[in-house]
Amino acid sequence: MATDITKLGVKATWKELTEGMVIAGAGTSKDFNTGEWSTDKPVFIEEKCKQCLLCTPVCPDSCIPVTDGKRGEFDYEHCKGCGICVKSCPFGAITMKGVE
Amino acid sequence: MRNLTEIRWHGRGGQGAKTAALLLADVAFQTGKYVQGFPEYGPERMGAPITAYNRISDRQIRVHSNIYDPQYVVVVDESLLEAVDVTGGLKKDGAILVNTSRPKEEILPHLKGYEGKVFTIDAHKVSMAAMGKYFPNTPLLAAIVKVAEIMDEETFLREMRASFTHKFASKPEVIDGNMAALKMALEEVR
Amino acid sequence: MAKRDRLSGNEAIAIALRQINPDVFPAFPITPSTEIPQYFASFVANGQVDTEFIPVESEHSSMSAAIGASAAGARSLTATSSCGLAYMWEELYIAASNRLPLALALVNRALSGPININCDHSDSMGARDAGWIQIYAENNQEAYDNMVQAYRISEHKDVRLPIMICQDGFITSHAVENMELLEDEEVKNFVGEYRPENYLLNPDCPMAVGPYSITDYYMEAKRNQAEGMKHVEKVVLETAKEFAAVSGREYGLFEAYCMEDAEYAVIMIGSAAGTTKDAIDRLREQGEKVGLLKIRLYRPFPAEGIAQALSHVKAVAIMDRAEGYTNHGGPLGADVMSALYRARSQAYAVNYIYGLGGRDVRIEDMESVFHALKQIAADGCAGETYRYLGIRE
Repeated sequence: MATDITKLGVKATWKELTEGMVIAGAGTSKDFNTGEWSTDKPVFIEEKCKQCLLCTPVCPDSCIPVTDGKRGEFDYEHCKGCGICVKSCPFGAITMKGVE
Repeated sequence: MRNLTEIRWHGRGGQGAKTAALLLADVAFQTGKYVQGFPEYGPERMGAPITAYNRISDRQIRVHSNIYDPQYVVVVDESLLEAVDVTGGLKKDGAILVNTSRPKEEILPHLKGYEGKVFTIDAHKVSMAAMGKYFPNTPLLAAIVKVAEIMDEETFLREMRASFTHKFASKPEVIDGNMAALKMALEEVR
Repeated sequence: MAKRDRLSGNEAIAIALRQINPDVFPAFPITPSTEIPQYFASFVANGQVDTEFIPVESEHSSMSAAIGASAAGARSLTATSSCGLAYMWEELYIAASNRLPLALALVNRALSGPININCDHSDSMGARDAGWIQIYAENNQEAYDNMVQAYRISEHKDVRLPIMICQDGFITSHAVENMELLEDEEVKNFVGEYRPENYLLNPDCPMAVGPYSITDYYMEAKRNQAEGMKHVEKVVLETAKEFAAVSGREYGLFEAYCMEDAEYAVIMIGSAAGTTKDAIDRLREQGEKVGLLKIRLYRPFPAEGIAQALSHVKAVAIMDRAEGYTNHGGPLGADVMSALYRARSQAYAVNYIYGLGGRDVRIEDMESVFHALKQIAADGCAGETYRYLGIRE
């Protein structure tokens, strides 16, 4: 039986926690806005992008979505601002700027 | 026979005193008795003195201490007569069985004036004659069964044959030698 | 039909495990528990079980592997003693906090130092707060029976906690005694199949085990874990009842021997309880009103039941086969005294440290304890409540 993670949170009582704190069910991190932890965030400059897609696989948080062979805007809900994508881009199409 | 028989074995690590105690527990168990057979280890190495114990009773045995006042003592290695107080606590109406090739008269002076019965067996001679190798356990087991009147000889030999047949299933050639050693020991103990 | 046999305590545990046929058994040898995996390995080699037997390089690894296997959905266990248990320390807490119902066949042995291979309870007493269920045996029969009941308790949906089945090193582990074994089929039916609700190897529901818990969750997590422990007493008793129906042998949380009218009582754990029963029989023949409470379930601690069973005694001696270095006594002493205090007991209570490092306990030793209790009641003063039994002064 999958864990209903919507019941978890810092207000949850001890009875609402799962036995052994197991989280049954995959991909539950999608439901948490961990992007707010970032102090830097990347900016996508679409005009400079050649759609080589070198940035997508290096993102540790899978925050560069690809649709029909083209990358789109960053998923800022989960991006931690590590900047690896900036280093991977041969065309200067990604820059970092501070969180506003 | 008394309701509770307590036996203490003195041997040296590697000589099989513990195994002998377990064999005795085994054979007494086969006759419907309650049994205990357990070792007391000192330094864990070959040659160090070790003690093993047996309790045999008609009733369930609950006590878990060592045996301090046995009815019977078996000395597997006669060199222990000097090193260990083998007659310590041994009851006067009991007996001591010593594995030795020497005549009983030569053993008596080493028993600190023990007033009970003294038996000897030359387990080396019996073992070499019956099995061609020195396994003191088998002759000593037969000897103590006789000395302590654990069971009659016929039952003992029958149970031991069954036990050896099971134990030596993969090498049945040694069964006859072991049986011969038991029979010879029953006659040689004196 | 019960089978009459004579076995050492280690053989008895190994046979129970063969009958249970667990899924995974990682093991690393240490005296005096070595024979358990040794016998079991022969069952594996002979094809008598289909257990995955994993020889590992340390106890840290054996417990880790047992935990991993349990999380994956397998029925797992390991065996150890003394320093081996100490080396599992970190993992013991992981197993309990992850609510993994695995078993540990513990053969109690003194912790170093000085280095010693013989029995005392310092190893398992050190692990008493790890969140494991602890059950102790007086003799080989109880060790076997407890092992057969172990998974029924630990896997129970209201419990789901790891369980330690303890017996006294050498005193029972290496002593051959009479036993009654259940038929293989009886054990198999009694223990049943293990069907965990969530497990790592379930492709239909991938899961995370042991996630990081920030301060906001940690206390709630521990309280949630404590809830499993609260159900243990009930489940132990239910399991014992079903076990009695199969075996004819009855078990409780503790055993009361000659306690109905006892004025002087000893409370203790393990093999020396048998010796104490013989001491009690001798003293009863002389008209002394003496009795014994033998702890079977030590964690969780059945405090209310014990206080109730001791409610009418004048004086009680609590026997600890482990030091606590509190300057007041050992762990059982602390537990029993606290239970007596909460029950507003008026009994005199003294705490003996005994049997450390395999120090033999004789019938006469236990008689001397009862004599001391009688003297305490007569004097109206417990005197020194932290005592050593049979120490050379």
